[in-house]
Amino acid sequence: MARIELVDLAHAYKPNPSAPSDYALRPMNMQWDDGGAYALLGPSGCGKTTLLNIISGLLRPSHGRVLFDGKDVTNLPPEARNIAQVFQFPVIYDTMTVFDNLAFPLRNRGWKTADINKRVQQVAEMLELTGDLKHRASGLSVDAKQKISLGRGLVRPDVAAVLFDEPLTVIDPHLKWLLRRKLKEIHHELKLSLIYVTHDQVEALTFADKVVVMTQGEVVQAGTAQELFEEPAHTFVGYFIGNPGMNLLPCKINGGAAHLAGSSIPLSPDASAALSGATGNTTLGIRPEFVECEFEQMPDTAPATITSIRNLGTHYLAEFRLGEHTIAAKLRQLSASAGEKVWLRLPAERTLYYVNDKRVA
Amino acid sequence: MLLALENVSKKVGAEDHIYPLSLSLVPGTINVLLGTTKAGKTSLMRLMAGLDRPTEGRVVAGGKDVTGVSVRERDLAMVYQQFINYPSFTVFDNIASPLRIKGVAESEIRKRVTDMAERLHITPYLQRFPAELSGGQQQRTAMARALIKEAGLLLLDEPLVNLDYKLREELRNELTELFSEGKTTVVYATTEPLEALQLGGHVAVLHEGRLLQNGPTLDVFNAPNSIQAARTFSDPPINLMHATLDANGTAQMGSGLVLQLSPAQMQKAAGHKEVILGLRAHSLRLAARYPDDVPIEAEVELAEISGSETYVHVHRGRIALVAQLPGVHDLELGTPCSMYCRPGDLFLYAPDGALLFAPTLIQAGV
Amino acid sequence: MKTYNNRAWFLILPVILCVAFSAILPLMTIVNYSVQDILSPTQHVFVGTEWFRMVMRDSELHGALYRQLIFSLSVLAIQIPLGILIALSMPAQGWKASMSLVLIALPLLIPWNVVGTIWQIFGRGDIGLLGYAINHAGISYNYTGDSIDAWVTVLVMDIWHWTPLVVLLCYAGLRAIPDAYYQAAKIDGASRWAVFRFIQLPKLRNVLMIAVLLRFMDSFMIYTEPFVLTGGGPGNATTFLSQYLTQKAVGQFDLGPAAAFSLIYFLIILLFCFVLYNWMQRVGTGDKK
Repeated sequence: MARIELVDLAHAYKPNPSAPSDYALRPMNMQWDDGGAYALLGPSGCGKTTLLNIISGLLRPSHGRVLFDGKDVTNLPPEARNIAQVFQFPVIYDTMTVFDNLAFPLRNRGWKTADINKRVQQVAEMLELTGDLKHRASGLSVDAKQKISLGRGLVRPDVAAVLFDEPLTVIDPHLKWLLRRKLKEIHHELKLSLIYVTHDQVEALTFADKVVVMTQGEVVQAGTAQELFEEPAHTFVGYFIGNPGMNLLPCKINGGAAHLAGSSIPLSPDASAALSGATGNTTLGIRPEFVECEFEQMPDTAPATITSIRNLGTHYLAEFRLGEHTIAAKLRQLSASAGEKVWLRLPAERTLYYVNDKRVA
Repeated sequence: MLLALENVSKKVGAEDHIYPLSLSLVPGTINVLLGTTKAGKTSLMRLMAGLDRPTEGRVVAGGKDVTGVSVRERDLAMVYQQFINYPSFTVFDNIASPLRIKGVAESEIRKRVTDMAERLHITPYLQRFPAELSGGQQQRTAMARALIKEAGLLLLDEPLVNLDYKLREELRNELTELFSEGKTTVVYATTEPLEALQLGGHVAVLHEGRLLQNGPTLDVFNAPNSIQAARTFSDPPINLMHATLDANGTAQMGSGLVLQLSPAQMQKAAGHKEVILGLRAHSLRLAARYPDDVPIEAEVELAEISGSETYVHVHRGRIALVAQLPGVHDLELGTPCSMYCRPGDLFLYAPDGALLFAPTLIQAGV
Repeated sequence: MKTYNNRAWFLILPVILCVAFSAILPLMTIVNYSVQDILSPTQHVFVGTEWFRMVMRDSELHGALYRQLIFSLSVLAIQIPLGILIALSMPAQGWKASMSLVLIALPLLIPWNVVGTIWQIFGRGDIGLLGYAINHAGISYNYTGDSIDAWVTVLVMDIWHWTPLVVLLCYAGLRAIPDAYYQAAKIDGASRWAVFRFIQLPKLRNVLMIAVLLRFMDSFMIYTEPFVLTGGGPGNATTFLSQYLTQKAVGQFDLGPAAAFSLIYFLIILLFCFVLYNWMQRVGTGDKK
């Protein structure tokens, strides 16, 4: 268990980075509490794996420091940092049995056989591998192998943090459920610091207490699932989180209302105050889950036309045309057809405003 | 093109990769092959394409028996999981290659390739090589190459699985638009039930080499004809409980849970003392919404917040249930809670797995 | 039912004809000779299995077979571990890697009789660098007179010539191991030896199988290099099977027994390779299905 701090951390491949694009990881500061579960979420190439490798010690950052419990570990190799890492594909020792695989890190550290037995049994039980202990590791299914990879990390009691690099990539959806749950249970029981890298928002949000959203080497927001969902601080977060992502519509602010496509959405006094005098591109953001649809003109609604409706089993996904903009909405019920005219309400408490991609109101 | 598989099976050595099955593809829509990793989707696609020969049975395309015809002579295009492009050709040449083989005039090629690149949003990359592109762009190139052929049959074998989550979402939307325009028969293999629902069309559910069910996607989703089909076509997993029925239609599930079945359900379950009840995760709610909602007292084990939904795992005695709730619900481990559901939403299955009763779904999300 | 596209068969027809002409027909000829007594090019007498029985009882042949086996086993025992060792110490990337690959591969490019000639001169006590140096250091070394010295020289020559093949194969195999395995081993605190034993060696299994089979077959059939180096001597100390066979067939023009022995030779190699292959297949996979 460790408190992890990143101080002025940055990484550039060239020796003298000048422009932001020279950095693989832009300068950042972060504190992660002891025993928390954190996720690094972002698309391919956003720098999350680079960050993970810096924390694990496989990569030396070009700037800044990494502290574990206040101790500077920036120059320490992975084996001296007391971390464990689980990779995208299962990494197991083919020639050994499951038991030997799990016992390997302990044997290398000179533990006594009796202690090894006890610890391995403990971890195997936690991961539901007890029945397979005597079998050769190479013959098991993929998800069992990932469990073994994880087990090798958990078996060392002095492990400060377990790092996951997209570990569920090769797992089937049904087994993903079970493994995700298993990870959460383990976290609950062992209270280890867990850091999880993924591009899958569902994995990140369900797993972590706090999610760090990254894009192009930059950390755009770090927060709980609720914060990221309901109050995204950056248009990228609005777009990336949620299935489908947030509706982002360029608009103009004038006289206490946001104008787009000929309709005006009234602003709350706070929003109005925050937006007055704002220069730059203003964007209105609202999640499809909060868009409301009426079949008659009501106050504070904007006219739109239905362009498509899809029945997705548990809800309907509808797309509307508002002027030249497209708005998506997730609705529980919709008995209508494409081409119909409707009126959309965008509730003020769910509508967010961004200036130059950063949240203002 | 009308493609039909008649009693087709595939054995490799002593292993059955595909048990005898018959399947007719519906032209002009997306035919989804849904199943877990070793279900036989790729084997089946290879049989459709002609890359493999069925051990038994016939493949009929457009009314003609094409079982032994080599792939080159068939009118089809295929997109794979791994982004497969000619590494020594530029993107432009990659997309143009099927047309060049057919001998289309250069001016025509130029027009069609630029059109297709526009549709797939890869126009800025036309002069680059595949190795210089990102995964998503490479896959778009592969798709452009497949689509430009305007073949009668288009096969896609989990084409989005190696891409980022968000990219997958976007491409999926684009795909549904692209496919709706043509007359091509599209076959799309996937392991994710949600993807099948988003693509629509028809679905064939496969499990361990067997065809479990085949039909319009929503119909199959609303009435999976066996427990295994229900399991394969659910995400989150469908809640399954054993129950003993008595003459009044009261279902006892152990751990003190008792539910009263509706007359329609009782009628279908007649003659069965033991049944397996299925309840979809989104049929459980935290508050009563309908007059016939009944509470199930349980204890929270885990709440997984995914932003727009929360998946709550609860248990009551030895019964474990998963509920999909809209919005964010931060529930602590051990909190007692009541989950509401309508007994009419329960699926009934016989102990051997056959479907006895499926709730008539009036609207989705109910 | 219309069958698959048959055009492909026509493309390999030239190969089939070549192989038939250069291998299958001569093989049939050998089978023919092995059951006949060739008194002269025009006089053949059918003798059935007599040659086979005679060959089996030939004590000189037993001697050659015995020497051959020792040679091949020594070659394997030294070249495989040595090859792995060298491959492990070669750099993985950059110009140093390319350079070491080129240097290592040089012995493989030399024509085989030139290899024999190089070592023949190299080992001579009067004008050879090696021979002179050893004798000067006080050890008496004479590969033409002393059997042990001849053996050692032939072995060293073969090691110098063929270990690079094992090195190249192992090097390619090592590069194919994903980095994640090494990273995981580091995190697990594994020693260098453990990394070798539990990660590198198991993952080299397929490559090593190829290396062992190739080296065994080649060394079992070795002819040119020892012939040029020692001529089979002193006496018959370094006369291996193929040389013995050639002496019989070409030297003494005893085609019948030579043909019979050729077939037996062929079958021995086939048998060994079959056994080796199956054994190595099972060693790696173990009991689990």
